[in-house]
Amino acid sequence: MTFQGWLLIAAFTGLLLVLVKPVGLWLFALYEGRRTPLHAVLAPVERGFYRLSGVDPEEEQGWRRYAVHMLVFNAALLLLTYALLRMQGLLPLNPLGYGAVGEHLAFNTAVSFTTNTNWQSYAGESTLSNLSQMLALTIHNFLSAATGIALAFALFRGFARRSTTGIGNFWADMTRVTLYLLLPVCIVYALFLIASGVPQTLAGSVDLTTLEGAKQTLALGPVASQEAIKMLGTNGGGFFNANSAHPFENPTALTNFVQMLSIFLIGFGLTYCFGKAVGNVRQGWAILAAMLTIFLIGVTMTYWQEAAGNPVLHHLGVAGGNMEGKEVRFGIAASALFSVVTTAASCGAVNAMHDSFTALGGMIPLINIQLGEVVVGGVGAGIYGFLLFAILAVFVAGLMVGRTPEYVGKKIESREVKLAVLAIAVLPLIILGFTAIASVLPAGLAGPLNKGPHGFSEILYAFTSGVGNNGSAFAGLTANTPFYNGMLGVAMWIGRFFIIIPMLAIAGSLAAKKYTPETAGSFPTTGPLWTGLLVGIVLIIGGLTFLPSLALGPIADHLAMISGQLF
Amino acid sequence: MARSTRKSLFTADLIVPAIGDAFRKLDPRELIRNPVMFTTAVVATLLTVLLAVGQDQLAIGFKLQLVVWLWLTVLFGTFAEALAEGRGKAQAASLRATKAELSAKRLKGDSFETVPASALKMGDVVLVETGDLIPSDGDVVAGVASVNEAAITGESAPVIREAGGDRSAVTAGTRVISDQIRVRVTVNPGQGFLDRMIALVEGAERQKTPNEIALTLLLVGLTIIFLIAVGTIPGFASYAGGSVPVAILAALLITLIPTTIAALLSAIGIAGMDRLVRFNVLAKSGRAVEAAGDIDTLLLDKTGTITVGDRQATEFRPVGTTSQAELAEAALLASLADETPEGRSIVLLARETFGRTATALPEGAGVIPFTAQTRISGVQWNGGIIQKGAVDSILRANPGLDKEAPTQELRRITDEIARAGGTPLAVAKDGRLLGAIFLKDIVKAGIRERFGELRRMGIRTVMITGDNPLTAASIAAEAGVDDFLAQATPEDKLGLIRKEQQGGRLVAMCGDGTNDAPALAQADVGVAMNTGTQAAREAGNMVDLDSDPTKLIEVVGLGKQLLMTRGALTTFSVANDVAKYFAIIPAMFVALYPGLKILNVMGLASPQSAILSAIIFNALIIPCLVPLALRGVTYRPIGAGPLLARNLAIYGLGGLVAPFAGIKIIDLAVNGLGLA
Repeated sequence: MTFQGWLLIAAFTGLLLVLVKPVGLWLFALYEGRRTPLHAVLAPVERGFYRLSGVDPEEEQGWRRYAVHMLVFNAALLLLTYALLRMQGLLPLNPLGYGAVGEHLAFNTAVSFTTNTNWQSYAGESTLSNLSQMLALTIHNFLSAATGIALAFALFRGFARRSTTGIGNFWADMTRVTLYLLLPVCIVYALFLIASGVPQTLAGSVDLTTLEGAKQTLALGPVASQEAIKMLGTNGGGFFNANSAHPFENPTALTNFVQMLSIFLIGFGLTYCFGKAVGNVRQGWAILAAMLTIFLIGVTMTYWQEAAGNPVLHHLGVAGGNMEGKEVRFGIAASALFSVVTTAASCGAVNAMHDSFTALGGMIPLINIQLGEVVVGGVGAGIYGFLLFAILAVFVAGLMVGRTPEYVGKKIESREVKLAVLAIAVLPLIILGFTAIASVLPAGLAGPLNKGPHGFSEILYAFTSGVGNNGSAFAGLTANTPFYNGMLGVAMWIGRFFIIIPMLAIAGSLAAKKYTPETAGSFPTTGPLWTGLLVGIVLIIGGLTFLPSLALGPIADHLAMISGQLF
Repeated sequence: MARSTRKSLFTADLIVPAIGDAFRKLDPRELIRNPVMFTTAVVATLLTVLLAVGQDQLAIGFKLQLVVWLWLTVLFGTFAEALAEGRGKAQAASLRATKAELSAKRLKGDSFETVPASALKMGDVVLVETGDLIPSDGDVVAGVASVNEAAITGESAPVIREAGGDRSAVTAGTRVISDQIRVRVTVNPGQGFLDRMIALVEGAERQKTPNEIALTLLLVGLTIIFLIAVGTIPGFASYAGGSVPVAILAALLITLIPTTIAALLSAIGIAGMDRLVRFNVLAKSGRAVEAAGDIDTLLLDKTGTITVGDRQATEFRPVGTTSQAELAEAALLASLADETPEGRSIVLLARETFGRTATALPEGAGVIPFTAQTRISGVQWNGGIIQKGAVDSILRANPGLDKEAPTQELRRITDEIARAGGTPLAVAKDGRLLGAIFLKDIVKAGIRERFGELRRMGIRTVMITGDNPLTAASIAAEAGVDDFLAQATPEDKLGLIRKEQQGGRLVAMCGDGTNDAPALAQADVGVAMNTGTQAAREAGNMVDLDSDPTKLIEVVGLGKQLLMTRGALTTFSVANDVAKYFAIIPAMFVALYPGLKILNVMGLASPQSAILSAIIFNALIIPCLVPLALRGVTYRPIGAGPLLARNLAIYGLGGLVAPFAGIKIIDLAVNGLGLA
């Protein structure tokens, strides 16, 4: 580990903390439906959308209505994307003349992008036309991110409102988030990327002769526009198969830094927005503090393991940290940090191959996702997932102050507990269940490239990534098969919407409750004690659930490595 | 129910029957009410069957021990519940005996017939004479009697029960020790207070409280999550080229699911109710006890709770041309029929200080009774009238007085008295103001500290008083309450409760009179005094057998204690799992990947002893925690933050660390005894 490495991590965290409040306030304005400076230009566009679609943005929706509209919208997008990918060969903007995407791959990809997972069973540059990249994928990057933020808003309203049924209007939330936040930021962001050397063209590829005289084809396309929202919306689906390790997606150390920042930007801001929504910004800071604590533990662990390197290689005379699968222009610290950021935030973009990390270094990304993508988490999804844990934490420990547990003025009763448990149990059920199935079926066993515990980690990581809607790949798993495409597609869908529905039901149930004023006897949900408790609950519930699988995967892998056996 | 019958938690006559009941409670129909223990029983059954037919590499002796400990885990749970119910059962038995011997003298015209108490119906009128037990709950319709209510309250000093007013309610099973009364039965057979008490202390009516339901759901959720975690292990193990015996998986599952809190959950609830009963407060439902812990606002009647019961008349303050003697005479006459302590103190002051001698009302005089609406009492005879009451009430009843000079003087005197924390009573004779009586209030010693305590608990106290605002403010400041409601009528009280509840706060109050009934019913916790009217006792969700309004404060503490005990044991139970994992995971997987032995941080001797030690710890921790579950975690009014820090340290961190030590010790013992 180096001083520069730690400086990078400190600068990254510090800069984000400075940005929390301004971003949070911007989000809060959208949450409230208040005017922003951009309204002067964009308000007519917003009104135009409403008029065209016949939406009344003031109309309040109950949680069921909100959920149905959200589901119908996402299902329609899913079908549209599937159709688009299947008909790719017949459509324009296909300079390299790619044919239709296969059935199971198209299904997997459509689900993947609809659910903000962006798991990529395909290699972008050799499978998809520019039209598919732009229309099928980039649009999803915007809309799935906006959906996440809208859902977080709905849950915030549940906490903030009193004795009412409405939790907002899905269409208004979607429109505002996309129009006043995602689009404007991405335009500026994309221009920055273009200036840094990221391609933005409709041309297909360039053939050139390298210095050694070899012929090479360089794939090109509208990369910058997709890259911007890929990071900001924690989508993570790269234009190229190599994702942010590819020099055209992430050319410099500066773009790398900005990409990491943009992954966390909205997630951080939403914690502040939550605090504003419930009338006490300290509530938001407490959640952010808990997220940051887990994040920093992970960064330290991964950086330490990667910098320490592989003892087997040390014996062979290879000095230094583990550089396998990392880009030289980023180095160990920036790669370790990126890997923890992208898995903490449900982004899934990668600038290094997690499969090549040391066993424990690679376990942190895995654990990050297994904890439920709540360490900052995907835009919106992170905070609503974390609030589910907060509900559990309040319930388990809240009784210890001798009152019916309350959180931000709402009593937590059996309905909320039931729904929160339901949402949280989905994660282990699908991750562990599907991994177990893949571990015994021949079709599943055909997937992993490596043998032993490392191969097991590859399967476990794939389902973890799918259910957690992360989308990062451990690599090493041959996932473009009917078995994995199908199973992962189902896993991604369940992992997204089977958590959202109970979460929205909680929002509805909370909104209907009366407000309980805070007193000296109320359970304190600000301050270090609460933060520590949150961290403890997230780690214990996540840890206890996944320890057996981790023991058979990365931990066994690590112990074998110490004893000189590699997989 | 007498306090003298209190027993310690663990005596042979409670424990022995509880052991029998523990086995009876293995009935699946009863077990299913507790899903976690039901799961444990199912797994134990499964292993018992596999013991006979299963084939794996495990030694039969080892598997036999596992099965025994799994069954013990279930039995410890049912035993805890049986033990908690035990004391209530004993009390119920003695109450039943009282009930069985009740017979009634049912009136038919002027004669009566003797019938068993169970034959009485609502509306019947019975005669109760000296030495008789009152056969049924009811209202006294004629007569006055002194009644010994020790059977219910444990208090042997007799109380007066008389027709009309707020002291008319009588309870079945209490004994008339002088005079005779006629009682109209107000309940049908089987629905009386005694029946309700029997059901309550016996726990027969016990339903899960909202909080208990929520906690059960959480425990079920955790059980499902651990079922998934354990159920997928065979798949993972098969990938690693091995397998895990079913017995080991079962052991892991049972140690992980929250058996500790699940086993103790209902015992905690029963013990919570029981603590109230031993405190001589009967809660009609567990929900009420829980609500007590959540109370935000406490409405306390000034008199008897904040101030020493009775105000004493200390001074006569005449106005205008009236002399002190004249005022004393009028006050004496107006108070002769006033049996309240205040009335008696006025009579006393008039006699002793001014030598007034009148002992009976003049011929033909009629008493004007005090009502909560007029707030005036007095006496009238052939044209003459003397009124005594709150200053405003007197002025309202005599509209002409307002503009007169003595009224101005009275107001000045009133303010003086009020500011001194006293209560002025105005006296008017034939529409003419005579002056005021100074009634002095004495704030109870130590009450100020209690309110400070409540404030740290986050509870707002509101003093309810019929006094005028100035007096109320002075006493409120002296006693240290947060707020007060002056010149309160029953309607005001009800209005205040509604307002607080609309603000999301839970309100507790106590009351005794019939006019308290609506407010008692509206409050989240309404404690009716046992001396109160039947209506009040019906309306409240708790009855205080000692009729001590100060107890409301302790009731809140008991409610908090119940919730805290649940939370503490849940946290402890969940935190325990970490150590159990470190015992079982290496033991289970070491055959697949020998390197995993590094996770055996406790250095347990062998995989088999590790698993056995974990399951033994998991079982034994239940009886170890029974005393805590029954006694409850001590509540300290130190504010939520410090309280949480304290309990998290004890039950959270303690729960993490304790099993590491416990399992290690058991492992040493298991190996010492050669059990594995």
